[in-house]
This record gives sequence, structure tokens and C-alpha cells, in this order.
Amino acid sequence: MTRETGAFGPFGGQFAPETLMPALAELEEAWTQAQADAEFRAELDGLLRDYVGRETPLTHAERLSEQLGGAQIWLKREDLAHTGAHKINNALGQVLLARRMGKPRIIAETGAGQHGVATATACARFGIECIVYMGEEDVRRQALNVFRMGLLGAKVVPVKSGARTLKDAINESIRDWVTNVRTTHYLIGSAIGPHPYPVIVRELQSCIGREAREQLQQKIGKLPDVAVACVGGGSNAIGLFHPLIDDPVRLIGVEAAGEGLEARHAATLSAGSPGVLHGTRTYVLQDEHGQITEAHSISAGLDYPGVGPEHAWLMLTERAEYVSVTDDEALDGLKLLSETEGIIPALETAHAIAYATKIAPTMQPEETILIGLSGRGDKDVEIVRDALAARER
Amino acid sequence: MSELGARFREAFAASSGRGDGPLVFPFLTAGFPTPQETPDLVRAALRGGAGGFEIGVPFSDPLADGPVHQDAYTVALNAGATIETALEACRVARQTDPDVPVTLMGYLNPFLSYGSSTPSSEADPGDALAQPLEPLARRAAEAGVDGIIVVDLPVDESDAAREVLANHGIALIYLLAPTSTEKRIAAVAERAAGFIYLVSLTGVTGARDEVARDFEAFVSRVSMLTDTPLAVGFGISRREHVEQVGNLVPAAIIGSALTATIASAPDGARAAAVEHYLEVVTGRRSEETAT
Repeated sequence: MTRETGAFGPFGGQFAPETLMPALAELEEAWTQAQADAEFRAELDGLLRDYVGRETPLTHAERLSEQLGGAQIWLKREDLAHTGAHKINNALGQVLLARRMGKPRIIAETGAGQHGVATATACARFGIECIVYMGEEDVRRQALNVFRMGLLGAKVVPVKSGARTLKDAINESIRDWVTNVRTTHYLIGSAIGPHPYPVIVRELQSCIGREAREQLQQKIGKLPDVAVACVGGGSNAIGLFHPLIDDPVRLIGVEAAGEGLEARHAATLSAGSPGVLHGTRTYVLQDEHGQITEAHSISAGLDYPGVGPEHAWLMLTERAEYVSVTDDEALDGLKLLSETEGIIPALETAHAIAYATKIAPTMQPEETILIGLSGRGDKDVEIVRDALAARER
Repeated sequence: MSELGARFREAFAASSGRGDGPLVFPFLTAGFPTPQETPDLVRAALRGGAGGFEIGVPFSDPLADGPVHQDAYTVALNAGATIETALEACRVARQTDPDVPVTLMGYLNPFLSYGSSTPSSEADPGDALAQPLEPLARRAAEAGVDGIIVVDLPVDESDAAREVLANHGIALIYLLAPTSTEKRIAAVAERAAGFIYLVSLTGVTGARDEVARDFEAFVSRVSMLTDTPLAVGFGISRREHVEQVGNLVPAAIIGSALTATIASAPDGARAAAVEHYLEVVTGRRSEETAT
């Protein structure tokens, strides 16, 4: 009965309460069958095309590239997907899976609210009951998304435990799942959690990297030299990286350094250590007693003290690099992209922009950087306004 | 070294010989409400008739626990509780009663982190768990621990960990839930020592008004596949629950209701409250005199 699949080297696995283990087996079985079912693929592809608007464009950031005076920057525009972020790719796929499993009720956690909105959207599309757990602090920070979820017919449950952010929303989702597992599918929003979630989410997000790879080859006849994406749990990053993994492309994941790595941050791979959280062995932020510590980022979507286990594996095997940028740098990145390209990115995405602006000037004009532009920034304008005002004081 | 789980077996045999109903294992959160009080509460529970112990290690992210234990863990952690607090509680139980079976219970991450200054980055998944558990196994054995329950270590991931604990004479105690399939029950039956912890209901910890209706069917599904003694926990809070499950299994575990009793007792009266509560749930004192 020892697990032989679903582990990324020493990372991954199924560290879940016994009550959930049969549901995880059922999910794995349903996923395997769905993968082999042409009808499932066709239904999902049709939804992605006609409902989400895939494929999403690949945009040459000409003015930004020119201003930085180095590598050419290309943006994979997940901000233009329906609901404004890559999260919808995963939400739709998992809702189809839940239907196959005959589960009439869906629960989800959300940090920034993007995954909650995507899940509420997919559930509305199929008329499925949807409950979204969201930390009370995030409910406050992302009031607009809370309202959007309500409009879509979802019930948002504020979580009052712990730091009242994403980690606590996941704990509460798992508690709901433990209680209602027979009727409920837990629609995890990132490439985290027990197997098979990290694999399912990666596969459902891999359309990002597959499309970008092909689009760039069509436009400039070659692969990028560098691919950059922000990493909280890491779903958009693994979706961008995975189709490029066998190519000679530098893969860089950008974590949230918050107020700095010596202060409060959410840079799990850069400054954390191996541990077990939310059903998977991965890197976590923890104290010397193995208690999980609170993460901090200006971006609610990156505010998580764990990370997808495959990223831990890509770091250990040195296939990908993981760096971090601070709240301040992310704000600068957001401003710069807005001013040079007329694209306001999500604060999460702004971390990837900020790091790309650091390395682009050190590269040659014939080299290219591919950025996963994971989401749009409308939801963040209030936070950005307050943060910029605070900075000027 | 005695046989794995010997103290559990002897305690169950003695209790069955006396014919005085099922053993009651209180679950005490180490360090709740303060690390200083824990030894007194352990001794009080023994005076009240505890037939075994679960000493819980508080964790920041207890995803199988209801609000009562979540709150207790937070209070304990804020008061400075660590695994050392839990090991000290186990030691106190062992010193007070050489025969009482003692179980340490917790979530995997604090156990992995115990005594390891550098977290393991072993490439082998088994070693990645087994190596970090070695210091815990050694210290727990010294403290007189008979079994360890790891809430988030299912049988599928448990072989390396079980071996490390067994090398120190400690049984890895498995959990089974109403959702467990026959295949999973068989996998646990093949490996179990000490006792098997039956989660009585599909849900998180916390007192309930009634024992889950399908519990009897669950017990018989498990009993068909194993001779290892069974203990039931989750939702058990009253003497009537203990009597009801006692017809089916030799031990009942009481957690949230006891924690709530401790939480509501005033300073200086917590040990007495624990002793009184144990007397009631073990049937030493009739419900009528309970206040």
C-alpha cells in the first residue's frame, strides 16, 4: 500500500486524515478515466474556447522591452481569460470532474478571490451549489471579489481562525470536506494539497505553457530564453513551466518577499524549509517547533506559507530557480507595466513583472523573456492606491 | 523490550476481566490552558478513572479538529506549549501509574521537526519521513509512551514511520473512518499494533448529541478483518455514549467535551473539574450528582 505515484521525489504524497483517503482515491480514478475519455477532453476544450476565450493572446511588450533596454518581453495574457485570471482553467476542469463523480456540492478556498470567483463562475455555468471559504482578512482586502462571488450565486464563508488568510481558508475547506466528503468535491485552486491535486491542477493549467510555446514559435520562430511566473501555491507557474520542462529554457518562479526576507514575507522556497502542510510534503514557513508561521504579502493570492510540491522538486533538482521580490518592488512593477503597456496586472502577477525588469537589462535584445501574466489588476486598485499613498507620506 | 502494544493489551484484558465497562481514554491537549497545569490535569484524570491517555500536541493548522480543539491549541501554543510539554505529560502519567497505556497524538509536521536542527532534504520519500522521526521516537520511548497517533499520516504513507517507532518499542496507532474501504481496513489490520482508533463519524472532532447511527455497522466491518482491539473517538462526550459504544468496543476516547470542561472551569478548579468529569463518564459517579 506504499505510495509509488504522485510524489515528486521526496515531495508530494497524501498526508491527509483517513476520512478523506477514499475520496482522494476516487478523485484519482475519476481523473485517470477523464484523461482517457475523448468526450471529456472535447467538452473541456469547447468550454475553454467558447466560454473562457482561449487561446489567450501572446503580447509583445514593445515599449516595456524598449524602456528596459535588453531582452524582448512577451506576455502570456491570462488576464484576458474569462473572470480575469488563469484560475478559470482549473475551476472548469474540476467542475467537469465533480459532475463525472456525481458530487452535487462544491467547496473552494480563496485568497485574493480570483479562484473563488472562477469556481463560483464555473458552478453557476453548471448550476452546482458553491461554497467558498475565505479568510476574514482577505474578505476585507478583496471586498469587490466577495461581491462578485455573491452575484454568481456562491456562498462566501468568512474564516475567523489563525491569520484569517488563505492558509486558514484551506484548513476550513478541508474541515468541511471531512464532514461532507460523500456529497462534496473540494475544488483546490492551486497546485498544492494531497495527490492527485498537484497533478490535476498542473495538467489543467498546462494550456498556458502549451499555447505560449506554440505562439512564440509562430511569432519569432523560437522558444523563450527565460520563462518567469509568480509563485504562491504555484499553479500559473507550473502551468507555464511544465510544457517547457524538456526545453532549454530558464524557468524562474518569483515569490513574495513581502516586507523583506528578514521581516514578514511569503517566500516559502527562498526562505522556508521542508515540512508537511495541507496534505503534501513540500517547503513551508515554520518555526523551530514545526508550527506553521504566518505569511505576508501585499498580494492576497501569494499570501501562503506553503508551495506546490512540484516546485519544491524543481528547485531541489535545480531545473527551476526561485527568487523573490518585495511588496515595494511589485508595486513598481505594476506601475511600470500599466504605464508602458496599458495593462494593469494583478498584484500577484506584478511580482513576475518586477523580477523580469531586473533581468531584462542584463540580457541581449535578441533574447526573450516570457512572462506568465496570470491575472488582471482591477481587484487590486484600492490596495494599490492605499499603498502608493502610504509610500508618498 | 516488551512486545509492541503490550500495555494496551493488558489494560483491555484487565478491564474485560473486571467487567466494569469500557476503558475511557481522556484526550488532553498538552499545555492547555498552560504548560504548568498539564501534569496536574493528568494526575486528576487518573484519579477520576482514566484507563489510558491521549496526550495531544497542539498544532497551528489542525485540519481534522473542530473549534474546541482549534481554540485549545491556539491557547496552548500562545502559552508556550511544545512537544516537550506533551512528553512531560506522558512521563507524569507513566510515573503515576506504571500500567496505564499512554498515547501521544498530533499532526505530522511538529513530529518531523522535533529534534532536527536541519530539516531533511533526503531524496528518498521514505527516508524523508523516517529520519526526522528518530529523535521523537527515542524521547517518547524514554517518557514511557506506548503508541503514537499521527492524524495526517494514513496507512499508505506510514511504513517507514512505523518501523522507526517500532524500533523504539512504540506502536504506530492507525485511524479508520466510516468512509474507509475494505481494502484500507485490511491494510491497517495487517499493520496495526496496540489498538485501532475508530473515528466514529464522518467529520471533525467535537462533542455531538448522539453516537453516529452507522457506528455499529462500521465496527462490524472492521471486526471482521482484525483482532486488534478497537477504541472509538470523535463525538463521544457523555456517560450514555460510553455505555452505548462499550457494548461494541473496549475503549472510548473523550476529547472535546473534556477540553470544554477544562476551558470553562475557573482558575484553581480545573484539576477538580477533570477528576469529576472522568468520574462521571467512567460511571464511578452517577450522572445525577453531576453538576
